[in-house]
Amino acid sequence: MFESLSERLESAFKQLKGEGRISEINVATTVKEIRRALVDADVNYKIAKEFTDKVKDKALGEKVITAISPSQLMVKIVKDELAELMGNTEVELDIKANPTVILIAGLQGSGKTTFSGKLANFLKTQKNKKPLLVAADIYRPAAIDQLKVLGGQIGVEVYSEPENKNAVQIAENAIKQAKAQGYNIVIIDTAGRLAVDEVMMTEVANVKAAVQPQEILFVVDSMTGQDAVNTAKAFNDRLDFTGVVLTKLDGDTRGGAALTIKYTVNKPIKFVSMGEKLDTLDVFYPERMAQRILGMGDITTLVERA
Amino acid sequence: QKTKESFLSKIGRAIAGKSTVDAEVLDNLEEALVAADVGVDTTVRIIGKIEERVAKDKYLNTSELNRILQEEVANLLVDAPDGGFKDFDVPEGKKPYVIMVVGVNGVGKTTTIGKLAYNFKKAGKSVMLGAADTFRAAAVDQLTIWSERTGVPIVKQQMGSDPAAVAFDTVQSGVARNVDVIIIDTAGRLHNKLHLMDELSKIKRVMNKVIPDAPHEVLLVLDGSTGQNALEQARQFTAATEVTSLAITKLDGTAKGGVVLAIANQFKIPVKYIGIGEKMEDLQVFDKVEFVDSLFSLNS
Ligand SMILES: Nc1nc2c(ncn2[C@@H]2O[C@H](COP(=O)(O)OP(=O)(O)OP(=O)(O)O)[C@@H](O)[C@H]2O)c(=O)[nH]1
Ligand SMILES: Nc1nc2c(ncn2[C@@H]2O[C@H](COP(=O)(O)OP(=O)(O)OP(=O)(O)O)[C@@H](O)[C@H]2O)c(=O)[nH]1
Ligand SMILES: [Mg+2]
Ligand SMILES: [Mg+2]
Repeated sequence: MFESLSERLESAFKQLKGEGRISEINVATTVKEIRRALVDADVNYKIAKEFTDKVKDKALGEKVITAISPSQLMVKIVKDELAELMGNTEVELDIKANPTVILIAGLQGSGKTTFSGKLANFLKTQKNKKPLLVAADIYRPAAIDQLKVLGGQIGVEVYSEPENKNAVQIAENAIKQAKAQGYNIVIIDTAGRLAVDEVMMTEVANVKAAVQPQEILFVVDSMTGQDAVNTAKAFNDRLDFTGVVLTKLDGDTRGGAALTIKYTVNKPIKFVSMGEKLDTLDVFYPERMAQRILGMGDITTLVERA
Repeated sequence: QKTKESFLSKIGRAIAGKSTVDAEVLDNLEEALVAADVGVDTTVRIIGKIEERVAKDKYLNTSELNRILQEEVANLLVDAPDGGFKDFDVPEGKKPYVIMVVGVNGVGKTTTIGKLAYNFKKAGKSVMLGAADTFRAAAVDQLTIWSERTGVPIVKQQMGSDPAAVAFDTVQSGVARNVDVIIIDTAGRLHNKLHLMDELSKIKRVMNKVIPDAPHEVLLVLDGSTGQNALEQARQFTAATEVTSLAITKLDGTAKGGVVLAIANQFKIPVKYIGIGEKMEDLQVFDKVEFVDSLFSLNS
């Protein structure tokens, strides 16, 4: 199942080897293998198809002008296209405003609360900020306790109103407190919600409307499969988020969801989360992610062997 | 809510007036399966079977195709051996019946335990919970709230204490109080972290010092929106703890959880429960037919 792309391509390339040009026939098999490898890496099948169609067009368009072999040419095209897709520039968090309000949203269990803690820690220790964490998840059992434990670990204050069942009010009150007490970052942790849950999606949209955040980060589990496309689209439609956070990348998932999301909403992936401890927050490197999805390291080897 | 248009009615249109299943129909089928996270390998296998049947039986109309499709897909799913659990019964002679719940981070283990406690209790069983996630922030508090909600006792220690010791205590205390069902929560862990997987084996081992065949059930919880990585999860958790059953959560969203098809088939582990919400009532006993059906329904 988790056969790497290079293994797949290797067999597909066997058929290409020795041929002087990329033809309809030999490119079709290769393209199919690339597509299947992408789908096995959890890239959405429609996106995988569009991507490989593009690759195919490019390959056929180029014919035999250069001296390199058809397989090398295919590798190069796949590589270039993917790099372009994942984006090449790092996008920093916009934290100029005082206070800067950051809204955290996503599906249940994706890692929002943990990320909120990590982000607070990052801004405190790396950017010299004074963050306030806000517990606006009024549903999950012990959600406030969880955030308080995390806040305690990193020495960041947590704003909560255990009796208040109105997330919008809690967020508004937290900002008032932040202004009054000189906090320059406000990180609002919200409850997990499904994109199809109208009531809950309205709630988070209302929080956004009330607090006008500078940053809205969509937190997504990197193990997500085909459904990533629906979720990303729905959250983006409602929140027009400013960035994506990919979590649990310390696992062995290929992380095709990253490509799906980038392709679907074209928002930058601003952070990756690679562990449960609060000091494991990384900025996103598109190149690395592309390599992870495709096994690009392997492809380089392939080029050498081809 | 999901609006469903039967995938098969769409297929029906595609093959109307034709005497065989053509490439376009098979492509559509492939798309539906892949889009449900079934995975390429399993999808190709299913398509191959359909093609074989078509080649053999020649003519296929929509309803025949429908039936064959459902059959082939359902064939991949294994049945749970102990039929009695449908009513949240426990097998004879296994009292207390010990269930250990495992899985990667955030899939819904603790919530599923709350739901199980509710259902077992509703079925007239006495239940005890063991808070062996001593790691995740406020994990014990979370399970404590579930124990209060469902009105079942909980055995817990301080955060950071040895999870195996908590499991041991819980089983011992469950025996002493003669409860019917013991459910042990464990911390979420990624399957590629060897030391954490070893810890799980240890938690499991320590329980059979009290009851030789405990835990009777190791329930692996999978997030229904997880893609192909769920296969690796099944493989590694099975290696560490001999997983005996699966629960798929978060199927109230638009994810189809199709990856369990490959898992059930490859590892011969039955799916027992599905989670369809965050409330204690939101747990269902897995229904093969319904599940297969939902794989082919289209989201609006
Ligand atoms: N291994 C690993 N675990 C993570 C990571 N981020 C979060 N987790 C774990 O994933 C689980 C869920 O994380 P939470 O932060 O509670 O997720 P959430 O999105 O706030 O969950 P809800 O509030 O219930 O929707 C916890 O066990 C976390 O420790 C990560 O990057 N790597
Ligand atoms: N919509 C929906 N949400 C669910 C379901 N099951 C669990 N959740 C939510 O998913 C989130 C994570 O659930 P937990 O039970 O804490 O998951 P866990 O596996 O115990 O997490 P860790 O212990 O941190 O690894 C919570 O917000 C739950 O309410 C389900 O079937 N449907
Ligand atoms: Mg949370
Ligand atoms: Mg838990």
